[in-house]
Amino acid sequence: MKLSAYRIAANKLRTTRILSIKIESPTVKTFTFKDKECIKAKPGQFLMLWIPGVDEIPLSILDAKENGIISVAVKKVGEATEALHSKKAGDIIGVRGPFGNSFTIKTGRILMVGGGTGTAPLLFLAKKLASETTKLVFVIGAKTIEELLFIDKLKSTLAREKTQLIATTEDGSYGIKGIATTPLETLLEKEKFDMIYTCGPEQMMRKVFDLAEKHGITLEASLERLMRCAVGLCGSCVIGGYCVCKEGPVFTAEQLREVKNEFGVSKRDFDGRKIPLE
Amino acid sequence: MFVVIYSLKINRLCVDLAGLRLVNPTMLASGILGLSAESLGNIVKGGAGAIVTKSVGLKPRKGYPNPTIVQTNCGLINAVGLPNPGINEFVKEIREAKNFNVPLIVSVYGFSAEEYAKVAKRAVDAEADAVELNVSCSHVKETGSEIGQNPEILAEVIRKVKASVEKPVFVKLSPNVTDIAEVAEVATKAGADALTAINTVKAIAIDPETAMPILSNKTGGLSGPAIKPIAIRCVYEIYEHVKVPIIGCGGITNWQDAVEFVLAGATAIQIGTAIAQKGPNVFRAVTRGINAYLKKKGFKSVNEIVGLSHRS
Repeated sequence: MKLSAYRIAANKLRTTRILSIKIESPTVKTFTFKDKECIKAKPGQFLMLWIPGVDEIPLSILDAKENGIISVAVKKVGEATEALHSKKAGDIIGVRGPFGNSFTIKTGRILMVGGGTGTAPLLFLAKKLASETTKLVFVIGAKTIEELLFIDKLKSTLAREKTQLIATTEDGSYGIKGIATTPLETLLEKEKFDMIYTCGPEQMMRKVFDLAEKHGITLEASLERLMRCAVGLCGSCVIGGYCVCKEGPVFTAEQLREVKNEFGVSKRDFDGRKIPLE
Repeated sequence: MFVVIYSLKINRLCVDLAGLRLVNPTMLASGILGLSAESLGNIVKGGAGAIVTKSVGLKPRKGYPNPTIVQTNCGLINAVGLPNPGINEFVKEIREAKNFNVPLIVSVYGFSAEEYAKVAKRAVDAEADAVELNVSCSHVKETGSEIGQNPEILAEVIRKVKASVEKPVFVKLSPNVTDIAEVAEVATKAGADALTAINTVKAIAIDPETAMPILSNKTGGLSGPAIKPIAIRCVYEIYEHVKVPIIGCGGITNWQDAVEFVLAGATAIQIGTAIAQKGPNVFRAVTRGINAYLKKKGFKSVNEIVGLSHRS
């Protein structure tokens, strides 16, 4: 692959206005905006979103429509996301990206396991894959019914034969009581899958990975780390020898085996120290 | 699994850098990917002749909030803010990175001459082959270029470090001075064994829509193709004033750039920003290009062309 020496310049920060804001749950909002560069974004890729005067944060792309309307789902977790949540349609934000690799497009019998806002890139992927797969099972987990994201969109995406939506809540307020991995053991015992895609809290993904290894199923997981440059230079997002921003965020089972000591276990803090995952 | 690390071992490319033996003159520039040993390993696999870590200080530092980099038409402006785990934690990575069999240089910063000396000593105690003093970071107060721009403090820092370590001491210079050759002379007189030129050029980017500086620190340091001609000029001027080896750095993306630095007076060169576009294999590509150039021109060693442009 030949890369232009000025590829960096093609991806520089540009500002745009928030078009719409949708409340998805008490802690999650979906923001849409126009961006020409992100039209070509593939499921799994991320962008850097600038909240002027506050911060710049990595976000998975939830959707990139051909008319240039991009959406991202944002959970309120700290100062930057709170500032973003308080914004209104018409407010200015900045965008860099899309960055990173994407999920491999596979047909056949597919299982997707999403937790929290990690469901976003999987929903994007499911939309692209739904008509081509021979089977598509989507497992989504949340703490409560209020925090189950994109249920309506998932239902409409999966509204055809050989598809199934399995929801879990920790308090049992909707679907199966438990976490996203609860129904997996029995599901993998009785059904065959060619590929598992997962995105969500890393300990959840680690459990999905361990189950996939046990059952000999190929897997791809989308990881999250502290991001600064997003172009593979600063080293803030390293896991093993990989930069999550450039070689990731989507990792194959083979790669995850190499970084088993860190995957689902530790991450690098702002000062570069390895710290345990919360 | 046994990983074969392929490196060009051609005598024509070997250089002696203040006592360090490099199989080729390409080095990783400080600040890039250098906080974990595994990332440094990828750079070695990519063909680098030596590796320089990210700058390390006495205490852990979180760096600045984002945005910490701005992509521009001609390079990158960064103000990451020297994040690092502190030398006591970092010695683990130094010891691991020693296994890669290329010279390992630890970049050191401090907020006083004593701090520089302490950090340098701990790095050398952990088997670093040399230290590179960051007296040129353009975006952290009371260290970096604030030291490099003051001849008296700069000399004191170098003398204290030299007195505390037995390994070569490199000094990375800032282009944000009136006369870089003068600073180079001060550094050399104080005992610098080699000089790295240059660190980033102080810069700023402002977003027109919000009328705000983009970086959280407002100003940062520009790297990449934009600064190459400035860096070449700095190396050229320093070469005329000092005898110690010069390590050229600033905007190198291909072998032609590297050769230009050597012709200006650099014994070795460092690559950083270009890794964003070309990946770690940029080191091998540049090395091969230098080799082909030397062969074609009939030179037996890269040393024969160091400073060659000064003859004309």
